[in-house]
Amino acid sequence: MDWNELGPSFTLAVGQTLYMTSISLVVGGVLGLALGVALVVTKPRGLWPHRGVAVVLNILVNAVRPIPFLIFVTAIQPVAIALAGTSFGPNYAVVAMSLMATFGTSRIVEQTLVALDPGVVEAARAMGAGRLRTIVTVVIPEALGPLILGYTFLFVAIVDMSAVVGAVAGGGLGQFALTYGYQRYDYAVTWIAVAAIVLIVQLAQLLGNTLARRVLRR
Amino acid sequence: MVELAGVTKDFVDGARTVRAVDDVSLEVRRGEVFGVIGSSGAGKSTLVRLVNALERPTSGTVTVAGTTISGLPERRLREVRAGIGFVFQQFNLLSSRTVAGNVAYPLAVAGWPAARRRARVGELLDFVGLADQADRRPGQLSGGQKQRVGIARALATSPALLLADEATSALDPQTTKDVLDLLRRVNTELGVTIVLITHEMSVVSYLAQRVAVMDAGRVVELGDVYDLFAAPREPLTRRFIGSALHHRPRPDVVDRLRTRHAGRLVTVAVAEHRATTTFLADRWLAHGLRAEIVFGGLTEVDARPLGSLTFELVGPGDAVDAALAEVRARTEVVDHGTAADPRDGDL
Repeated sequence: MDWNELGPSFTLAVGQTLYMTSISLVVGGVLGLALGVALVVTKPRGLWPHRGVAVVLNILVNAVRPIPFLIFVTAIQPVAIALAGTSFGPNYAVVAMSLMATFGTSRIVEQTLVALDPGVVEAARAMGAGRLRTIVTVVIPEALGPLILGYTFLFVAIVDMSAVVGAVAGGGLGQFALTYGYQRYDYAVTWIAVAAIVLIVQLAQLLGNTLARRVLRR
Repeated sequence: MVELAGVTKDFVDGARTVRAVDDVSLEVRRGEVFGVIGSSGAGKSTLVRLVNALERPTSGTVTVAGTTISGLPERRLREVRAGIGFVFQQFNLLSSRTVAGNVAYPLAVAGWPAARRRARVGELLDFVGLADQADRRPGQLSGGQKQRVGIARALATSPALLLADEATSALDPQTTKDVLDLLRRVNTELGVTIVLITHEMSVVSYLAQRVAVMDAGRVVELGDVYDLFAAPREPLTRRFIGSALHHRPRPDVVDRLRTRHAGRLVTVAVAEHRATTTFLADRWLAHGLRAEIVFGGLTEVDARPLGSLTFELVGPGDAVDAALAEVRARTEVVDHGTAADPRDGDL
């Protein structure tokens, strides 16, 4: 292992991984929140009960989520190329990651929100709050603690995805480990990549736990 | 203030249809405390949710303050709901907000500017006696304090009508009394009409002037609380009253009374105008009877005296009969006979 040779590649790879995971977390987080809220409110006793929409959304989420991510990346390549304007690198990879994160988040959001006490929703409605206001000012704030923990869980899944895209020239620590570790039979390099990923995940988990505790303590 | 006309509410649960409210017609008058009593599942909670349009009736009409709300579009219903206070059994406070934040919520919904909101929240917390708790979280409060916040929040927009759905059912007896006293102040000092949903007759007798008794979605008896207590028609009403008044001796109590007292045992219902204690004392005296109170009690319902007393009457048999005939003409009398000649008074 020649650190003078690998150093710049490693730094670049860490940067790419952080870039891909943060973009995916934000885009997938926001879209997933919207999709998850839609899954909840269209349920029979929800704020906007709608059988048709509920069925379609559920089929969509159920169809996408079980697709192994490596296959999903290759399957939506035309979409990714159209959106990113390139067929490799972090900008290309982030399309598939954000999409998959959206569907993953939606279920986490759904699970969190269905556990919310329906009494507070009823109270908001009884005070004359509209449905959208009820979602924004009551449903989400009341579930914020569990939502933060859900997003922390999601972040770990996104880091996993960021490594998978290394196999299709997406960049990041995954590609770094494959190129300089796996293909050169240099385990030390792979382990360095592993250590970097473990560190990122630990920091994210620490941040998530701290935020959630602060929110839940009240 | 509130008028229900032929209101029915069905819930469809898969293939099953459950009729929660069945052809209910009643009127709540401006300024009164109107009780709705029933066992759980009798449809009281659904009834009260029809009044503030959280539920829409399957048939019939609901009129609140002159506006027929059944049939209004959702946007208009929001205004209707904002003008009606609602107090919940489980408080339903927002744990993500402070006490002040909870009370301010309906004001924010109603579009009040922040400065006016703050002033109004201060007033309300003063009124419910929680001014020093403004910055605490609901999770740090006791049940009674939570319900005070719930009441302050329900009163925020100065509604003319307050709906209380089992507002004291999650509270201990002392806290229940405090919260009922607060609701009484809301009624008398602020002039707010209150619809009080409960399964406890003691709550009704403490606060309400009129009451509807519900069973299986129907109103089976409706009238002044005092009259209902003094002369209930329905067995269900009698049962609810029995749980609030403990003045009538149970059969085992009568048996023990007979072992202690040899004279004639009679239980007499005491009620304002019809049979006061003075009236009873006069009757016993007029017939030369010696009377001793051996069981019973008097209480207040709707701030008027009510109860029942069990007497041991000692004197000639025909004098006792003559006195009882006069009393019976005015109120309910149960004759238990004497220890030597017991009678099965039907209570």
